[in-house]
Amino acid sequence: MKEILSGNEAIARGAFEAGCRVASAYPGTPSTEILENACTYPEIDASWAPNEKVALEVAIGASFGGARSMACMKHVGVNVAADPLFTLSYTGVGGGLVLVVADDPEMHSSQDEQDSRNYARFAKVPMLEPADSMECKEYTRMAFELSEQFDTPVMLRSCTRISHGKSIVEMGERITGLPEPKLVKNPAKLVMLPGNARVRHPLVEERTVRLSEYGDVSQLNRVEYRQKRIGVICCGVTYQYVREVLPDVSTLKLGMVYPLPKQLIAEFAAQVERLFVVEELDPFIEDQVRALGIAVTGKEIIPLCGELSPGRIRTAFASAGITPPKTASPGATNLALPPRPPNMCPGCPHRGVFYLLNRANAYVTGDIGCYTLGFMPPLNAMDTCVCMGASISNGSGIVRVLPPEEQRRIVAVIGDSTFLHTGVNSLMEMAWNRSPATVLILDNRITAMTGRQENPASGFTLDGEAAPQVSIPDLCRALGIRHVREVDPYDLEATKRALDEEMNRPEPSVVITTRACCLIKGEDRFEKGTMLRVDQDACTGCKACLRIGCPAIEWQPAPEGKKGKAFIDPLLCTGCTVCLQLCKFNAIGRAV
Amino acid sequence: MNSQITNILLVGVGGQGILLASEILSEAFMLAGHDVKKSEIHGMSQRGGSVVSHVRFGSQVFSPVVPEGEGDILFGFELLETCRYLPLLRPGASVIANDFRIPPPSVLLGQALYPEGLVESIRSQVSDFLLVDGLKLASEAGNPRAANTVLLGAVSNRLPLPEEIWLRALEKMVPKKALDINIKAFALGRSL
Ligand code: SF4
Ligand code: SF4
Ligand code: SF4
Repeated sequence: MKEILSGNEAIARGAFEAGCRVASAYPGTPSTEILENACTYPEIDASWAPNEKVALEVAIGASFGGARSMACMKHVGVNVAADPLFTLSYTGVGGGLVLVVADDPEMHSSQDEQDSRNYARFAKVPMLEPADSMECKEYTRMAFELSEQFDTPVMLRSCTRISHGKSIVEMGERITGLPEPKLVKNPAKLVMLPGNARVRHPLVEERTVRLSEYGDVSQLNRVEYRQKRIGVICCGVTYQYVREVLPDVSTLKLGMVYPLPKQLIAEFAAQVERLFVVEELDPFIEDQVRALGIAVTGKEIIPLCGELSPGRIRTAFASAGITPPKTASPGATNLALPPRPPNMCPGCPHRGVFYLLNRANAYVTGDIGCYTLGFMPPLNAMDTCVCMGASISNGSGIVRVLPPEEQRRIVAVIGDSTFLHTGVNSLMEMAWNRSPATVLILDNRITAMTGRQENPASGFTLDGEAAPQVSIPDLCRALGIRHVREVDPYDLEATKRALDEEMNRPEPSVVITTRACCLIKGEDRFEKGTMLRVDQDACTGCKACLRIGCPAIEWQPAPEGKKGKAFIDPLLCTGCTVCLQLCKFNAIGRAV
Repeated sequence: MNSQITNILLVGVGGQGILLASEILSEAFMLAGHDVKKSEIHGMSQRGGSVVSHVRFGSQVFSPVVPEGEGDILFGFELLETCRYLPLLRPGASVIANDFRIPPPSVLLGQALYPEGLVESIRSQVSDFLLVDGLKLASEAGNPRAANTVLLGAVSNRLPLPEEIWLRALEKMVPKKALDINIKAFALGRSL
């Protein structure tokens, strides 16, 4: 049977067909849907973890217990999970273990575009990279087999275009006859103390050599000879672009991007007149090919930053005189087109908070989530954003270098899910070392940014079952914060009071704003209010309501000499009342 | 340039239902026995940002994204966005656009005006340009929310698939209770 699947759906399907039993992940674009799809197979115990390190450790535990297991994350998630990954390379596995990492070249939804292939080399583990959905499924299945065959975790690297692209997949059945999980005592392999680890390290090096030799003959790496004047080594989605733009050249498509198949590369290089490596982001393959003493052209013509595309590859090869330059593109309009950046939803519980932070002249150390959009005009209320959980520790560090009168301005802003991901340790530090900053936890009851996934404070698990809920206020108190208060962010007056008081308090304190994300469906977690309208006679055109940047409020300019007025789109307004609280002329009211 | 492949771009604003429309298109091409690939960006772009989805079909499709300057059909859900992506098209491409405007943030805030003359600008560059009042026709079909399906009907006229395949794709992708209205909306679009 054939179906059209996204790369993420196909990876989940591959895990299912491979007999995977346990899957764990923390949501992160573009990897999130892998677990959401794994969860649809009752045979897989799929669950969210509070962060990527925990997710990988859960998978490692299941693997040590003898079951095939998988952990999934976005590229930056591997930074968090790196600690167990490097040791896992030494211990090897019980049941096959696959770590899926989805890179985000071009940073469509990320803070950097690190190239995860470097992790495979750094941790000395093999990495496979599929080029379409069918390969996503097949490579996932093969990754489990390789993992057991070579006693190693296997990384599977995807990217935005593969994870969120769709193509046709031939479905298969779930394999049977895998050994039943059981407890095995093997401390020499699984207890990584210096004495044991010293024995394991040489085994890891030997494994890498054997994997490279396997790559020379494996069907994962595929030579396709066409004309032999030009040969291109490529992998993943880049292979598709090369086939599109340079249909006649010979290709070596690497399905296993680490370790490289040295023999195969040497043979391919000998067969073609001129060798190129076309790869997205780092010169990962190129540098290693060059280290083999093989002449190759790569980043001299292929861009180092950002996503590749057929057009960019065409331009690169045109610059090398290999393809004709592209004919001029038609159709550019000469009208000035205003940009359309993303914005927080109408009624988003974060909006009023950022308005108040702006008015309070706060210096906001920010974090990762929908609320990062609070840095944009007209809110302009975020000053730093580094990585998950960094807001609190950044705030804790920055207050130390400020004179007392400036310290009050420091407010660390973090969402509920990000707080539970890695913010808890940071708050522990802040309480412990008594850094006099204010922490604002925006509790919208969900992991909103990635498309609304449950988290340990939301009361549900991935499969929708009711679950114990972390009490964020109690947790803050337990960490040693003496001043913890909760406010409703739709109540601007109360939120302003809480912020003022806590910002002026010369010790660490936490304000938690509690309101559900407007997009949560079901369970009555988000209650829509009555939509509001602007009384066009009462509106003076003062523009105060525009300062929150709600997409439901539109400025309607008036003809020359007259005042414009604000207008609320009834289809978009959720009735949060934040704009109503800003209008001094009572021009905003409930629609009748 | 691969003339065996048809390249479709769906463009508009996050939240307009572009992903569902591109799913229906892809499903239809697969049902008709073609190779299909599609690509789009989730995440940040969903929050009211500019969205472009690529759908390609033919005997064998390599790249999941439409090579720049090779788009055959632009399926625009919003006028400003339709204009923004014209440079992705090849000369002689078709544009089917919804006569619908969503103000971007700078316009909402009164710092810019929604550009005038978009329709004329598109018309001056594209010979096969069909402007559709999706909302009005969808209301005639029974629900203004079926505007995308009206547009899809209009797009279907430029694609070599039999009506029966389209209906099967709709049946598979559209929720049961909305199916009748969507079939009507599709037929209205197809009759344009
Ligand atoms: S998804 Fe939820 S939290 Fe994110 S911007 Fe929209 S309402 Fe706000
Ligand atoms: S704040 Fe009130 S008076 Fe001022 S523009 Fe908005 S609706 Fe009109
Ligand atoms: S009440 Fe005002 S701020 Fe809230 S969604 Fe409606 S228009 Fe936007």
